[in-house]
Amino acid sequence: MEEYLTSKLKTQEYFLNMGPQHPATHGVLRLLLKLDGEIVQNIEMDLGYIHRSIEKMCERDTYKQIIHLTDRLDYLSSHMNNEAVCLLVENALNIEITDRIKVIRTMMSELSRIASHVLWWGVMGMDTGALTSFMYGFREREMINDIFEETCGARLTMNYNVIGGVRYDLQENFVKRVKDFIVHFKKKLPEYDKLLSNNIIFQKRLEGIGYISKEDAIAYGLNGPTARGSGVSCDVRKIHPYSAYDRVDFEEILFTEGDSYARYRVRIREMWESLSILEQLVDKIPDGEHRVKTKAVIKLPVGDYLQRVESARGDFGVYVKSDGQKFPYRLKFRSPGFANLTALNKMTKGLKIADLVAILSTIDVVVPDIDR
Amino acid sequence: MSYFSDIINGTKSLLTGMRITGKYFFVNFLTRRDVITEQYPDNLETLKMFDRYRGEVTMYHNENNEHRCDACTLCEKACPNGSIEIVSDKKLNPETQRNVRYIVKHIYHLEMCTMCGLCIEACPQDAIQWGQNFHHVQYDRGKLTKVLNKPGSTIMSKTKEKK
Repeated sequence: MEEYLTSKLKTQEYFLNMGPQHPATHGVLRLLLKLDGEIVQNIEMDLGYIHRSIEKMCERDTYKQIIHLTDRLDYLSSHMNNEAVCLLVENALNIEITDRIKVIRTMMSELSRIASHVLWWGVMGMDTGALTSFMYGFREREMINDIFEETCGARLTMNYNVIGGVRYDLQENFVKRVKDFIVHFKKKLPEYDKLLSNNIIFQKRLEGIGYISKEDAIAYGLNGPTARGSGVSCDVRKIHPYSAYDRVDFEEILFTEGDSYARYRVRIREMWESLSILEQLVDKIPDGEHRVKTKAVIKLPVGDYLQRVESARGDFGVYVKSDGQKFPYRLKFRSPGFANLTALNKMTKGLKIADLVAILSTIDVVVPDIDR
Repeated sequence: MSYFSDIINGTKSLLTGMRITGKYFFVNFLTRRDVITEQYPDNLETLKMFDRYRGEVTMYHNENNEHRCDACTLCEKACPNGSIEIVSDKKLNPETQRNVRYIVKHIYHLEMCTMCGLCIEACPQDAIQWGQNFHHVQYDRGKLTKVLNKPGSTIMSKTKEKK
């Protein structure tokens, strides 16, 4: 029968537009699929639907003004993006920041990493057909958003880091809220495993799907949890420790399988690691100033500067070329999502459309970050 | 054979997950514990935003309809989007016999504002501050352009209370 089908019934290749307004593409990403029946043969990615020319806008803004634009790149890890610009300027001008600032920044980064991964977990379930996880993920994320809203003044685009520190000191409720969250989340994370990770149907959807080898992962320049699922050690927090990451004890999560389920487990384990970092720091927030005095007009000396941080999606980099003015001469963001998205074609070839949605979800793309 | 064992294992893992969802559905529904849903438009009376919540830029006026803005335009220069425009004029102060600058209009374009907070940080007089209002929906974009100083307001003298 199967022989008959393949020999007699000729299938015709056709093109299908997925996006730009498709809920599974996590934003306005357009994928041009070349299909044979339901099997994906080739993917062409069409970007540019949410291009806001942020890099060009940075060239007309002073260094203080740039920070709020980085919120709008990867909006789920805006603390880390802010931190990258602040660290770049502080390192270039040799501004000494206090231990309190370092610890606050690290805690905020880890909180937003958990918030981002929880959202990803919810959306991951929804992309594979389970709506419950979406609701449960948002329940935990709401607690973190309340912490952010109380201390930073906003839920998503915090703009909390400034050059030489953080904008406000911590709210008095902050420590209590974080402790409550740690207790709450430690109960909920095993529930996530029961609900989704250990579900056989869910595992069959992901195991062996979207495989990418370690060599390919390096060749495509993958980073973050996506690369760590293939066994590439690339955690910037370990390689180039910044802020308070050199004084906390955490593990870089590595899985060698390279398939979608490995990438899924990397993120689940990373939430545990972030929780342990928070636990180590929450009782040991040192006293001191939350903001160091800086000059009113900040000018970087002539030269090239680069700063990398580990955002929730991977290695986020800021590169600045300065000509000594108060505006950068050229600024370039190196976004983790763009490199990760390039491997989508390699991962998906020969698989079905439903697998494409699952793979796209495990890459965890945020389109405004890819398309600046 | 693995076909049937897969079905059995799959059903088992489904039931494990459904025990959790069932627990939330029945126990929490009956005991009203852990119910975090907010009845948004109905709870407007009790809904209170946090003090630091950045809703909109407002100008502080005291009970005598006086504000602290002395038209230094530092907020206008600090804004990355051009959301603030200051129309100012000079008038003679009869006591000191000097021309003093005062604001005619402190125009705030909410439709362009990204709530970055640089204007409020730049203000040396603490004249502008954050408001917690977030109901900004309008049918017309022009209605989002606001004049922050109230009509007929004057600048308060420097000796008076500060914030």
